[in-house]
Amino acid sequence: MTRQIKAVALISGGLDSLLAARVVMEQGVHVEGINFYTGFCVEGHTHAIRKKDRDRPKRNNALWSAEQLGIKLHIVDIIDEYKDVVINPKHGYGSNLNPCLDCKIFMVNKAREWIEANGFDFIITGEVVGQRPMSQRKDTLPVIARDSGAGERLVRPLCAQNLPATLAETEGWLDREKLYGFNGRSRKPQIALARQFGFEDFAQPAGGCCFLTDKQYSVKLADLWSTRGTREYDLDDIMLLKVGRHLRPRPHFKLIVGREEGENRFLEGYRKRFINIIPTSHSGPLVLLDGEAGADDIELAARLTARFSQGRDAQQVTVSVNRPEGETESLEVVPIPSEEIPEAWYV
Amino acid sequence: MSSVTVDARNLLCPMPVIRTQDALAGLQAGDVAVVLCTDPGVVHDIPAWCRVHGHEVSNIDQQDDLITVTVRVGNSA
Repeated sequence: MTRQIKAVALISGGLDSLLAARVVMEQGVHVEGINFYTGFCVEGHTHAIRKKDRDRPKRNNALWSAEQLGIKLHIVDIIDEYKDVVINPKHGYGSNLNPCLDCKIFMVNKAREWIEANGFDFIITGEVVGQRPMSQRKDTLPVIARDSGAGERLVRPLCAQNLPATLAETEGWLDREKLYGFNGRSRKPQIALARQFGFEDFAQPAGGCCFLTDKQYSVKLADLWSTRGTREYDLDDIMLLKVGRHLRPRPHFKLIVGREEGENRFLEGYRKRFINIIPTSHSGPLVLLDGEAGADDIELAARLTARFSQGRDAQQVTVSVNRPEGETESLEVVPIPSEEIPEAWYV
Repeated sequence: MSSVTVDARNLLCPMPVIRTQDALAGLQAGDVAVVLCTDPGVVHDIPAWCRVHGHEVSNIDQQDDLITVTVRVGNSA
């Protein structure tokens, strides 16, 4: 009786990983999916937080892919281990704070550990040579295989015909002729293959699946590191960077201003960690103050809070300033005029 | 049959799914996990995860901001 060959596929929720897994399944290999949660994943968070986004149907694309494929999906929390990838990328950053090459090496390495622990034979990724400028180039694909320790146990079914044969091919587990030779940035071959497999409604995220590829998000993270004087973060830090307007009126503190009801509700969960300011005479945002603040700073923060409230044109707005330890004071302030808010305050 | 409670309140998806997955790893077929959540995304994501792993969501209860998802471990666990 022949042994069932087993592979784990890195499932991001995008089209390429969906197709790569399916191509291998077509050859009779047992495939399970693995998805890594870094904390920077775009998946679902703004949906969960912002009220207007909640009205759209929710979908976790990695789970959707697994359902389409009929495979198990193992979701792995790598938040803590991933910090070193973000903070000290050996191969540097892309155009923003995206350490794409180190990220891929890290994830393939985690997948390698997983297959060794679970008795699987090889790893599948949806990489396509030439598809991305940093992590999917002809010269970087071998680096991922080498530095992850996966070596020839790493199979890229969508572009395998452009690469040296892997263990799965030399052992006869996969027929190389039934793999593909995609290359470059065009999506047409993938879309054609998706049609062939009958996949519809697949995710095509324009900016990738990671907040670190987003310029504005990276600016906020760089600001966080620079003002703290240390390149560290915790999960709450990086979640808060996804929410609200961020203003830094002084180097020693910034404000996170809820933009709508859903964000205000989310920020409520942080009232025991930060000084927070809420308009009481008018409706308006919940504002978190991150940093050290003296009396003048509190007044400035209160005037800014008033500016973003429904009382922005009122003579005076009353706000409640609440400290994490429970102390509360009420302030009456004049909303700061918009022309007195320099563009540079917006992070 | 045993039952465990998983506290995934104030966590955003996919963390409640990961907590559910971790809790179920130590259970036997027929056991039950009661998952307490606040992210409304769990009403889609936990059932989706259960479907691909062969588990059954036997109840979803929503009271104000608290969502309680009851999962029965399937035979393929």
